[in-house]
Amino acid sequence: MQGRRLHKWFISGPPLLYLTVFFAIPTLIMVLASIREPGDFGGLAPLLEQAEDGRRTLNLTLENYQRFFSDSLYAELFFKSFAYALLTTSLCLLIGYPLSLLIARSPKRHRDFLVLLVILPFWSNFLIRVYAWMIILGPQSVFTGALNQFLAWFGFEPVRLLFTPFAVIVGLVYVHLPFMVLPLYANLEKHDPALLDAAQDLGAGAWQRFVRITLPLSLPGVFAGAALVFIPAFGIFAIPDILGGTGGIMIGNVIKQQFLDTRDWPFGSVLSMVLTVVAVGLAGGAAWYARRARALA
Amino acid sequence: MALLEIRNVTRRFGSFIAVNDVSLSIEAGEFFCLLGPSGCGKTTLLRMMAGFDAPDGGSVWLDGRDMTGVAPENRNLHTVFQSYALFPHMSVADNIGFPLKMAGIAPAEIKKRVDEALEDVSLTGMSSRYPNELSGGQRQRVAVARALINRPKLLLLDEPLAALDAKLKEHMQLELITLQKEVGIAFVYVTHDQQEALALAHRIAVMNHGRIEQLDEPSKIYSFPKNRFVADFIGTCNILEAEVAQTDSDRMRVRIPGLGEIVTLQTDDVQAGTRGVLALRPEQVAISAELTREQDRNHFGGKIFDFLYLGDVTVYVVELENGSRVEAMLPNSSPGRAKFFEPGDPVEISWRFDAGRFLTE
Amino acid sequence: MNRRSRFLWIASMFAFAFLYAPLVIVVVYSFNDSRLNAQWVGFTLEWYRKLLEDEEMLTAAWNSLVIGVSASAVATVLGTMAGYAMYRYTLRVLPILVVAPIAIPEILMGVSLLIFFVAINLTLGLFSIVLAHIAFCIGFVAIVVRARLAGMDDSLVEAARDLGATPYRAFRLITLPLIMPGVIAGALMAFTLSIDDFVITYFTAGAGAMTLPLKIYTMVKISVTPEVNAVSTLLMLLTLALIVIASKLSPGTLRGE
Repeated sequence: MQGRRLHKWFISGPPLLYLTVFFAIPTLIMVLASIREPGDFGGLAPLLEQAEDGRRTLNLTLENYQRFFSDSLYAELFFKSFAYALLTTSLCLLIGYPLSLLIARSPKRHRDFLVLLVILPFWSNFLIRVYAWMIILGPQSVFTGALNQFLAWFGFEPVRLLFTPFAVIVGLVYVHLPFMVLPLYANLEKHDPALLDAAQDLGAGAWQRFVRITLPLSLPGVFAGAALVFIPAFGIFAIPDILGGTGGIMIGNVIKQQFLDTRDWPFGSVLSMVLTVVAVGLAGGAAWYARRARALA
Repeated sequence: MALLEIRNVTRRFGSFIAVNDVSLSIEAGEFFCLLGPSGCGKTTLLRMMAGFDAPDGGSVWLDGRDMTGVAPENRNLHTVFQSYALFPHMSVADNIGFPLKMAGIAPAEIKKRVDEALEDVSLTGMSSRYPNELSGGQRQRVAVARALINRPKLLLLDEPLAALDAKLKEHMQLELITLQKEVGIAFVYVTHDQQEALALAHRIAVMNHGRIEQLDEPSKIYSFPKNRFVADFIGTCNILEAEVAQTDSDRMRVRIPGLGEIVTLQTDDVQAGTRGVLALRPEQVAISAELTREQDRNHFGGKIFDFLYLGDVTVYVVELENGSRVEAMLPNSSPGRAKFFEPGDPVEISWRFDAGRFLTE
Repeated sequence: MNRRSRFLWIASMFAFAFLYAPLVIVVVYSFNDSRLNAQWVGFTLEWYRKLLEDEEMLTAAWNSLVIGVSASAVATVLGTMAGYAMYRYTLRVLPILVVAPIAIPEILMGVSLLIFFVAINLTLGLFSIVLAHIAFCIGFVAIVVRARLAGMDDSLVEAARDLGATPYRAFRLITLPLIMPGVIAGALMAFTLSIDDFVITYFTAGAGAMTLPLKIYTMVKISVTPEVNAVSTLLMLLTLALIVIASKLSPGTLRGE
């Protein structure tokens, strides 16, 4: 079946080529960059250097990695980002689960509409959504004013909401909530209602039914949603940048700094590499667990 | 030279052998059935005829030409798919005219022939409808019209009536028989419904586990099944364990453990001591309350265990002295009466000497 | 069941309020006759007027449009090919390359493309942005097309072949028309993603190029005026329209995603 072979390459070739050139290769270049010297004016130093005596040396170094592992600042920052992402994921789960459950349990004709309602905010510009929280949490907003009034009655000092870790978390949860709802909903929708009826018939109360039937069956969806929230949240920079002020920096901000401000590209690449490894590791772990959970279900 | 020849075709999927060294030939103009349970290989065989699958061994010959390596679009035969596969985004007319369009025929000519085809299947006036607006039976007719419009040599049908309810199925079966006679094209019809095969086919190939168990006319297969599988699969059959006691020229004596000896037709290749089964059709078994001791018949005593009222007939389950149960079918000649015997009644069952067949596995 | 579903309803109402309140606030304040996004003073279209006078804003909008159209066009073609190939054949590399840009944090792609473009001496600007956008849009289109193909009845293509169509004709006359709604939905999604993209654009834009999200970012960081609200409202309307159309064309697309 020679023709079939040819067809296969003919169809998959162009996208494969494009993605190799504009995704795979840049990734590899970044890996390489992490072990190179920074250039004099930022960026990268040339790979091959020619000294006066004509000798050519390869400009590679492990300094960047050493710096990363020796300075506890970066490890702290990674942990902080990890913690933020974890908190975000948990909150998204807490808020998103009831929402997904509601949509999955509603009559068929409502469902598509409800899903659309959940998704629409997602499709609006990400910056707009963050900006909106700038307004809400800003010092002059109605919300902040009311909150501070409320606190004043109890004798508390007025709090600042914007440019705090709190604002960053709110922003993270807000932006990523649809990512949790969609896979969770997709999973919950497929649950056979007869299972719950059977459980009820055999004596299980509402909470029991949830804990013993719905929750375990929904785990693959939970994991998918968690992965879709955690991984982007882990590497985010715009939200801390806009809402976080100086205190809310995450690893993404440092990477951005290294590349665009300090222009120490090799070090920035090191940070990116570590981020990639952690992100891919988590994604792989989630996928493996999801597969196992599915096999058991 | 036969129209379609399958020569020693084998098809494997990994370690599973779907079609195992099958050979058969199909004559022009005949209605041929591939019959068997799910997984017996009949659909795989059909697909190899159509060209969607290639045999691992053996070859397929159409009209004297070797079809190995010939793509489906270049074979002069068409398939009616189980799901009909009508193109949902094309009207009935465009669906039916599709093969002509592929062959490069002029649009005016296509329109003319499509209208004719619609008349042939009694769907005049439906040309601008879409498949989702048609009923199951109508879709089936469009699928058939589409496959026949450019006069292929052979039509392959993959369980086309499986999705229809019983009444419609019967009606469509008659239509197909009439159609096949009119059109004169050979039909290769795949089904798991043995009733359907018996009703439709000139010849049936009964398949099981990738092999052909028996290939013959329907009545021969029904009355003279070659082995236990065929006997069991076609119609209902009583199967009793038996052993050959004595052979003769045209009849032989066979012993049924716990009951006694009976006389039946001589089967080839058996001798005294050969173990096998006695296959006996329920409609061949007579029941009477008294002992009759007629000549030329085998008799056994027993009592009625249960019965099944089917409207036109009632099937009685008779328990014999050795504990085995035999089904006997009697027509309900008395309107309003469901049965002639009650459970527990002592009765005698009998059948003609040549009614039962001794079969080895 | 009543008490439980009431709890669900209340919790969900909060969730929906949480989702929509911020956006509503942005829209409402875009009509507020005040520089500050605080008290409501009066209704005005001043900020929308200012938008039309803002040269930089208009350039940014135009750039976003051009980038969006070019990137989604190319991504749709490549993505459809990828989706079809993944459906039809068993491939090992392509599925990973297609999904990865979507799965990893955006910043990684932005950063690696920055290094890459500089390494190949490509001046950063509109063109580099388009190239970057295509890379992550391909994945979305591929997934949508593949899902659409999986939902299509296989036997239709076989029937077409059986009736005389070559594989190419079968694709053109049967497969393509049937997946077209999915392809268009994918194109619209790609366009929306491109228009809205911030992170990757931020890294690959270089000094000169300005897109709408970048402009919004600058405004948010430096001088916040309700002009931001105005442009946000308009952008949201556009996105809303596109996504509603996409979901009508290919229902379940958004869910499957």
